[in-house]
Amino acid sequence: MSWFIARRLLSLAVTLLLATVVIFAVLEIVPGDPARLMLGINATDDAVATLREQLGLNQPVLMRYLSWIAGMFQGDLGHSFTYGSPVAELIGERIVVSLPLALMALAISTAIAIPVGIYAASRRGSATDTAIMAVTQFGIAVPNFWFALLLVYFFAIFLRWVPAGGFAGWDEGIASGFRSLLLPAVALALPQAAILSRVARSAIIEVLGEDFIRTARAKGLTRRAALWRHALRNALIPVVTIMGLQFAFLLAGTIIIENVFYLPGLGRLVYQAITQHDLPVVQGTVLFLVGFVVVTNFLVDITYAWIDPRLRRRGR
Amino acid sequence: MNYVKTGKILVSLAVALMAATVLSPASAFAAKDNIVLGVALEPPNLDPTSNAAAAIDEVVYANVFEGLTRIGPNGEVLPALAESWDISEDGKVYTFHLHEGVKFHDGTDFNSEDVVFSLDRARGEDSTNAQKGLFKAIESVEAVDPSTVKVTLSSPQGGFLFNMGWGDAVMVAPESAATNNENPVGTGPFKFSKWNKGSSIEIVRNDDYWGDKVALAKAEFRIIPDAAAATSALLAGDVDGFSNFPAPEAVPQFEADPNFALVIGSTEGETILAMNNKKPPFDNLKVRQAISHAIDRQAIIDGAMFGFGTPIGTHFAPHHPAYRADLIDMYPHDVAKAKELLVEAGYADGFKATLKLPPPTYARRGGEIIASQLREVGIDLEIIPLEWKQWLEGPFKAKDFDLTIVSHTEPMDIGIYANPDYYFQYGTDEAKAIMAKLDATTDTEARYKLLGDMQELITKDAVNAYLFELAKIGVWNAKVEGLWTNSPIQANDLTGVKWKD
Repeated sequence: MSWFIARRLLSLAVTLLLATVVIFAVLEIVPGDPARLMLGINATDDAVATLREQLGLNQPVLMRYLSWIAGMFQGDLGHSFTYGSPVAELIGERIVVSLPLALMALAISTAIAIPVGIYAASRRGSATDTAIMAVTQFGIAVPNFWFALLLVYFFAIFLRWVPAGGFAGWDEGIASGFRSLLLPAVALALPQAAILSRVARSAIIEVLGEDFIRTARAKGLTRRAALWRHALRNALIPVVTIMGLQFAFLLAGTIIIENVFYLPGLGRLVYQAITQHDLPVVQGTVLFLVGFVVVTNFLVDITYAWIDPRLRRRGR
Repeated sequence: MNYVKTGKILVSLAVALMAATVLSPASAFAAKDNIVLGVALEPPNLDPTSNAAAAIDEVVYANVFEGLTRIGPNGEVLPALAESWDISEDGKVYTFHLHEGVKFHDGTDFNSEDVVFSLDRARGEDSTNAQKGLFKAIESVEAVDPSTVKVTLSSPQGGFLFNMGWGDAVMVAPESAATNNENPVGTGPFKFSKWNKGSSIEIVRNDDYWGDKVALAKAEFRIIPDAAAATSALLAGDVDGFSNFPAPEAVPQFEADPNFALVIGSTEGETILAMNNKKPPFDNLKVRQAISHAIDRQAIIDGAMFGFGTPIGTHFAPHHPAYRADLIDMYPHDVAKAKELLVEAGYADGFKATLKLPPPTYARRGGEIIASQLREVGIDLEIIPLEWKQWLEGPFKAKDFDLTIVSHTEPMDIGIYANPDYYFQYGTDEAKAIMAKLDATTDTEARYKLLGDMQELITKDAVNAYLFELAKIGVWNAKVEGLWTNSPIQANDLTGVKWKD
C-alpha cells in the first residue's frame, strides 16, 4: 500500500509542475496590458509606464516565472494587481465559501442519489424504476441555473424563507452562512444527484448479474440480502469515481450558480480576474484548483485501493 | 436494517436539516437607518486616486472621500473641503480657503499641508493617477497658512474647479495614502467599515464629521453582477435599491409595483459610433456625413437598450445647460441622402469596412443594428467582437480600427476632440483654438457659448456618429429618498439619503 501511495504522490507532483508551466505560458500569450486596463482610456502614457514598472511587468518572462515558483514554496502566490492584497489571502477568503458549498452539494446529492439508485436497481424494470429513470433524465437535461431561478422565486421571493443570494460571511453566524448556501447547494446538487443515481443504479445492476451474486443466492440469501451484503461494495468503484469528478466540478465549475446567487466563491474570483487581466490571481487560483483536482483524484485512487484490495497489488 | 429504511432515514435527516436552517429567524426589523444598495461591479480597490474604475467612486465618492470641490446632482460645482475660493484676474491663481476643524477618519487633522501632499502626489513624476490630465495645468501648490492653499496654474483653465471635484482629485493624508486601496481614510461623512471581497462593502456614519451629519447610520453596497440575480434580490427585499439597475428588461415589473420607485435619468455616457478620421474612406467628410445620415438613433435605442437612452446630436450630456439640442437635426435619418453623399464621395457601390465592438450590450447589440442600417446604404460591415483589453490595445491605443462603438462616460470630455492623437484622430486647429479659448474663460455664460460652438463644430464635421446618452435606471424602495436621478459624475452620494416615515 505504501508503494502505491508513493507512486501516486510522485505523479501528483509532476502533474502540478507541468500545470505551473502551462498556466504561466497561456497567460503570457494572452494579449493585453494589465496596467492600461486598470488606468482606463484617459490615462497618460507615463502613468501607465510607471504602473507597469510597479507591477513588475517589465522583468523578463523567465525571471517572473521563477520568482512565482520560488514564492510559492514560501506560501506566497504574489499580490493581486487589482485588489493589491496577497493572492493566497484572496483564495482563502473564497475557499470558505466554495468548499462548504461544494461539500453541502455533494452531501445532498449523495444522500439523494445512493438510496434512489439502490431502490431503482432493486426494482429494475418496474414502473417505479421507469419513473425514477425518467425523472433523473429530466434532472440531467435541465441546467442547474434554471433550477436555481425556480428555487429563488419560490423560497426567497414568494416564501421569503432564505435570502435570494449573497453571503454575509461566517462571522455573521453558522446558521446565517448555511441559510445563504442552502439554495445554491440544492441547485447544484439536483443535476449531480440525477447523474449519480443513474450511475449507482447501473453499477448495482451490473454487479447483480455477476457469478458471486448467483452463488450467494444459491447459498440461500434473499435478493435483498445478497444486494446489501455483496453487491454494494463492489458497485462502489464507479460511484466513487463519479463522486470524485463531481466534487472537483462542484468546487471549480460553479461560476454560473455563484453568479445567480452572487456568492463570493472561487469561480467568480477567477472569472473576474480574467476579465481584469489580474495575472497573479488567475495563475494562483487556477493552480490551486488544478492542485485540488489532482489531490481529489489521488484520494479517489486511494479509496479504490481500499475498496478493492486487488488494485493495490496491481499498482505495485 | 434494510436499505429502503436507510434511504428513508437519510431523506428524513436531509429534510430535518433543511427545515432547521430554513426556520432560523431572519434578521429582525429595527428602525430603518441603514440601506443596502446593489452595485453591478465590485471595485478593484477603494482608492479613487489609483484606478479608473467607476465602481470605486460609486462607493467612496462624497461618502468617504472629499475633494476641495465636489460635483452636485446636476453637474454643478459645489464647495466641499474648500469653503470658498478666490481666482486671480488672469485666471491663473486659485486661493482656496479650507474648512477648519476637519479631521481624517484616523483622527489626524486635515489642513493645507494635506492639500499640497494630495495634489503633488496626483501630478507627481511617479503618479499612477488614472486622470493625471486633470492636474497638468498646475504649476505649484503652496500652503499659505494651515487653512489657505494657493494653487498656481501655468495657463488659465476654466474647468479647474470642476476638475478638482473629480474622485481622482480627492484629499488624502500622507499617513494613510499608501493603504487607502484596502482601508480608505478620508474626511467624508461616512467611514469605511468592512469589505467582504466579492460580496459587500460596508460604510458607517462618521460621528465626528465636520459638516452636517448624515441620516443613515450604515450603508452596505452589495455586489450583484448578474441581471437576473439583481431582479430577484430587489423582489426578495435583500437589497433596497440599485442606482444603476443592470437589467433594463425587468424594468416594467418594477414600474407596475407601487413598492418600488423607478427613476430614469441620464449619465455622462455619450455613446458614439467612432470613426477613424485619418483612415480612408473615413477621412472623407462626405463619407462621415453619409454614415451620420444612415443611422437611425431611435431604432438603436429601442433595439439595443430596451428604449432607455436619449438621442444626442453631438458629444455632450443632454442634461447639461450648455447642451445644443438643435444639433440633432443636422443629420436626420435619411437613407436617400446618405446614398447621394456616398455617390458624391466616389463610393457609388458602397464599400467594406470593419466594426470593432467592446463587450457592453450597447456596443454588441447596437453594433448589429448599425451594421444592418449601414448595409441599406451600401456599406458592408464586418463585425469583430473584442474584449476590453483587446479594445484598449487595438482601436484605442494603436488606432487600429475603421469603426467602433463606445460610450465615453467621463464628464465634460469634449476636449478629446482637440487632441489629434486621441483614437478617432480629429483635433483640428479650429477645435484646438476653441478649447484653448475655453480654458482661458472663467465666466459661466461665455464658457457655455464656447462649449456650444465646439459642439457645433464637431457635429458639422461629423467626426463621429453621435448615437445616444446612456440612461441611468434607478430602481429603489419607494420609501427611500435622496438618491440621485442623473449621474453627472460616477457616484452614489448617500449624504442626503434617508427613509421616509
